[in-house]
Amino acid sequence: MLSFILRRFMSAIPTLLVIVTISFFLIRLAPGGPFDLERPLEAKVMENLNRIYQLDKPLIQQYWLYLTAVARGDFGPSFFLRDFTVAELFARGLPVSMTLGGLAMIFAILIGGTLGSIAALRQNSGVDYLVTGLGALGLTIPNFVVAPIFQIVFGLTLAWLPVAGWGAGTWRGLVMPVTVLALPQIAVISRMTRAAMIENLRSNHIRTLRSLGLPLRVIVSHALRGAALPVVSYLGPAAAALLTGSVVVETIFGLPGIGRYFVEGALNRDYTLVMGTVVVIAVFVLLFNLVVDILYAIIDPRIRYD
Amino acid sequence: MAEGAVVPTEFTTGPIVGRSLWGEARVRLVRNKAALTSIIVLGLVAIVCIIGPFFTGHPFDRVYPDYVRAPASLAAYPTPDQVAPAIERIGARIRATPEDVTIGYDSIRLNLVSPRPIDERLLAYFERSDLFGPAKVVEKLDDGKKLAVEVPVKRIRFLFGTDANGRDLLTRTMKAGQISLAIGLLATFVSIVIGVIYGATSGYLGGRVDLVMMRIVDVLYSLPFIFFVIMLVVFFGRNFILMFIAVGAVEWLDMARIVRGQTLSIKRQEYVQAAEALGVETRGIIRRHVIPNTLGPVVVYMTLLVPKVILLESFLSFLGLGVQEPATSLGVLISEGAKNIQGATWMLLYPSLTLVTILFCLNFIGDGLRDALDPKDR
Repeated sequence: MLSFILRRFMSAIPTLLVIVTISFFLIRLAPGGPFDLERPLEAKVMENLNRIYQLDKPLIQQYWLYLTAVARGDFGPSFFLRDFTVAELFARGLPVSMTLGGLAMIFAILIGGTLGSIAALRQNSGVDYLVTGLGALGLTIPNFVVAPIFQIVFGLTLAWLPVAGWGAGTWRGLVMPVTVLALPQIAVISRMTRAAMIENLRSNHIRTLRSLGLPLRVIVSHALRGAALPVVSYLGPAAAALLTGSVVVETIFGLPGIGRYFVEGALNRDYTLVMGTVVVIAVFVLLFNLVVDILYAIIDPRIRYD
Repeated sequence: MAEGAVVPTEFTTGPIVGRSLWGEARVRLVRNKAALTSIIVLGLVAIVCIIGPFFTGHPFDRVYPDYVRAPASLAAYPTPDQVAPAIERIGARIRATPEDVTIGYDSIRLNLVSPRPIDERLLAYFERSDLFGPAKVVEKLDDGKKLAVEVPVKRIRFLFGTDANGRDLLTRTMKAGQISLAIGLLATFVSIVIGVIYGATSGYLGGRVDLVMMRIVDVLYSLPFIFFVIMLVVFFGRNFILMFIAVGAVEWLDMARIVRGQTLSIKRQEYVQAAEALGVETRGIIRRHVIPNTLGPVVVYMTLLVPKVILLESFLSFLGLGVQEPATSLGVLISEGAKNIQGATWMLLYPSLTLVTILFCLNFIGDGLRDALDPKDR
C-alpha cells in the first residue's frame, strides 16, 4: 500500500508538470497583457514594469524561472492585486472556500446517502419517486438560479439569514451558500447511491443475509459498503471541485474565497494568479484521486495495488 | 457499402422485416411516459422559441423607455395609474397644463391650457411616448391658448413584463431560448464529431497509438476545464459561434472515452473480422462498421451533453463572458434577473423557468433513451 502511494506521488509530478506547462503557454498566448489599460502606459513605464516582473525576458526563460520558483514554493506576486503575493491571496481565500466546500460535501454525503438508501430500500414507492424527483430537480436547476431565489426567500422576505457576506464565518452567513453548494451534490449522490444500492440489494451475499433473518440494520450496512464504490469514485473529483471554490456561489453571496481568482485572473491577465490557481486545483484533483484509490482498497478488500 | 465487400443479391432483396435496434428503441421510448412527455414539451418550447418572436408584437431589441421593469401581467399596458403621470409629464414638455382629463380605455380627452398659444407641433410629444398614439386637436379655444385634444392610448401587452431597459421579456426569453438551444446543439455536434472519430480511431488501431491518444485525453482531462473555457473566450472574444465550436472542441473528451470502450469490443466481432478478411481498408471499417455500432451510447450521451452545454453557456453568460448585447441567452437573462431580484422578480422567474424546463426535458429524454437502447432490459 505504502509503495503504491509513493508510486502515485511520483507519477503525479509529471502530470503536474504537463498541466503547468500547457497552462503557462496558453495564458501567455492570450492577446493582451497584465498592464494593458484603457489609457496605454508610457513606453518607459511599461518597460520598467515588464523588467520588474521579468516579462522582458524570452518566454522560455520566464517559463524556467517560474518552474524553479514554484518548485521552491514561491508563486510570485499578483500582477493585478499589486499589494499581495499569490501565496497570500490563497492563504486568505482557501480557508473560506474549503470551509464552504467541506461543509457542503459532508452534508451532501450524509443527506444524499441517506435519501438514496431509503429510496433503494423502498423501490417504486412514493418515497422513491419523491427522492428521484427531487434528485432530477436538484440536477437541473442551476445554482445561479437557486442562489438568488434563496436570497429573496430567506434573506429578504423571511429575513432569517443575511443576504450575503462572509460575516467572519459565523454559521448564519454559511447556511445559504453551503446549502446552494450542497443541493446538486445531494441530487447526484442520492441518485448514484440509489442505483448502486438497488443493484447490491439483489446480490447473492445480501440475499444470504436476508435468508438468515438478520435485522435490516445489518443488511443495510453490508449493502452500503458495496454501494459505496461508484459513489466514492464520483466523490473524488467532486470534492476537489467543491473545496477549490465556486465562482457563482462566491460571487452571488459576496464571499472572499478562491473561486473568483480564476475568472478574474484570466480576464486581467494576472499570469501568476492564474497559474497559482491552476496548480492549486490540479494538486487537489490529484490528491483526491489518490484518496479515492486508497478508499477503494479499504472498502473493497479484493482490490490490491501490489 | 465499403469497397470490396460483396453481398449476394438474393440476400438483400425480399421483404425481410428484422427487429432493428432503433425500431425497438423507438417503441420503448414512446412507451416511456416521462420521456414522451419531455419530447413533446421540448418540441413545443423549441417551436414557440423559433416562431414566437414573430407574434409577440415586440422586436427583441426594441426599448420602451416608458415601461422599464414593467411587471408581468396579462392585462394590457398602460395601467390606469400610469396614464395620469404620463400626461402630466407630456403637458410639462408642451408647457401647458392638462385639465379635465377623461381617461377611456382606448382614448383620452383632455384640455391643454397655456398662457400663450400652444404650438400644435408640440403635440408630437404624445406620439413619442410609448403610451399614446398621435394626438388629434378636436377644438381650438381662446386663440389657441386652450386645446381640446383627443389622444388614442396604445395598448400593448407584456406577458412576462419588461427588463431593466424596458424591453419585452417574453420576446427576449424566446430569443434567448433559441440561442441557448442552438448553442447546445452546435457545441454538442462538434464534440460528438471529434469524440467519435478520435475514440473510434484510437480504439480500433489499438496498441501504441491507442496508448498515446488516450494519454493525451488523460492530460487534457486533468487541466481545469473552466480554465480552458475562459482561455477560449479570451482568444475568440465576442464571436459566440466560434466560441461554442471551441467549447464543443473541449467537451469531446468523455465522448472519446465512451466510443473507444465500445470500439474495443466491436473490433473483436465477427463482422469486423469478415470485413478485414475481405480486405476492406481501415478507414472503411471504422466508417462503415465501427462508428454506426457505437451510436447507441453516443445518442444517449448527446442528449445529456446538450443540457450540460446549455448550462455551461448560461454559466459563462452569468459571469459576463457569454453572448453579447443586444443578442441574449437564458444565462444572460438569468444573471440580469439575479441583479434585479429586489422589486423585479419576474426578470429572474421566467427565464429560469424556461431554462429549467428545457434542461428537465433533455434529462428525461436522455434517461429514456438510455433505458430504451439498453439491450440488457429487453
